[in-house]
Amino acid sequence: MKVRVLVRPKRGILDPQGEAVKRALPALGFGGVETVHIGRLIEMEVESSEEVEGMCRRLLANPSTEEYEWEVVS
Amino acid sequence: MRIGVTVFPGSNCDRDALHAIERAGATPVELWHADPELKGVDAVVVPGGFSYGDYLRPGAIARFSKVMGPLEEFAKGGGPVLGVCNGFQVLLEAHLLPGALLRNTGMRFVSRRVRTRIEKTDTPWTTLFDGGEELTLPVAHNEGNYYADEGTIRTLEEEGQVVLRYLDNPNGSANDIAGICNEARNVVGLMPHPERVSDPALGSEEGLRVFKSVLAAAGARV
Repeated sequence: MKVRVLVRPKRGILDPQGEAVKRALPALGFGGVETVHIGRLIEMEVESSEEVEGMCRRLLANPSTEEYEWEVVS
Repeated sequence: MRIGVTVFPGSNCDRDALHAIERAGATPVELWHADPELKGVDAVVVPGGFSYGDYLRPGAIARFSKVMGPLEEFAKGGGPVLGVCNGFQVLLEAHLLPGALLRNTGMRFVSRRVRTRIEKTDTPWTTLFDGGEELTLPVAHNEGNYYADEGTIRTLEEEGQVVLRYLDNPNGSANDIAGICNEARNVVGLMPHPERVSDPALGSEEGLRVFKSVLAAAGARV
């Protein structure tokens, strides 16, 4: 099955990448951008989804700075 | 005294660290990442570089390499461990030190010498310094912005675990933190590179005392 994991900076954690993109968008003429946060998308083919939670906790996300969610896509 | 230096794919300060250890008067020992042993060394340096290409997060993959099991046991048993730059990131990922290193606030790789101040001399890696002493050390990193939750920062300050502080913060680190130690004080992580200024041929040997300190600390214990 295919699993999709979304990892992103926790709320309140400084996100310099997001800040840089937020500043770049108006420079290209895109207005009204209030916040930008940049995370990471991880797609995996796995035999079962049983261990995905453990994978997120131990390796895919850093629990002190990032939060994650995952779903089975197919 | 034998001091080990871990070597991961992508480490690039391992040779500098081995050289600095030799100049300090100890025997340098390479510790290959795939060998689950510390070869009986008395202290370990986890050097800088880009272990595993910094994939996922700096240090995240190296943290699970075979040499790390015995290294974690060694650290928990009170053995002196120093992580420099990427090595600091590895020790954070391994939870041997609290917090994390985020992307520099300026969104740039910073490579220059910075002024720092030694805050604590009661770790095995800083015994030969004077408290409050100023040092000019090179930094070279993209993720050097120290972060921890408020409670952890408070504990670090109250327990005297901030070992080195920037005088001109190059990366946005909380409380100008450039280096910390664990509660037991034997594990130290530094973002600046003392090994790169441990030979007059490199323009300075201000960093050499970090490696001499661990020898002095070991001598004091015997």
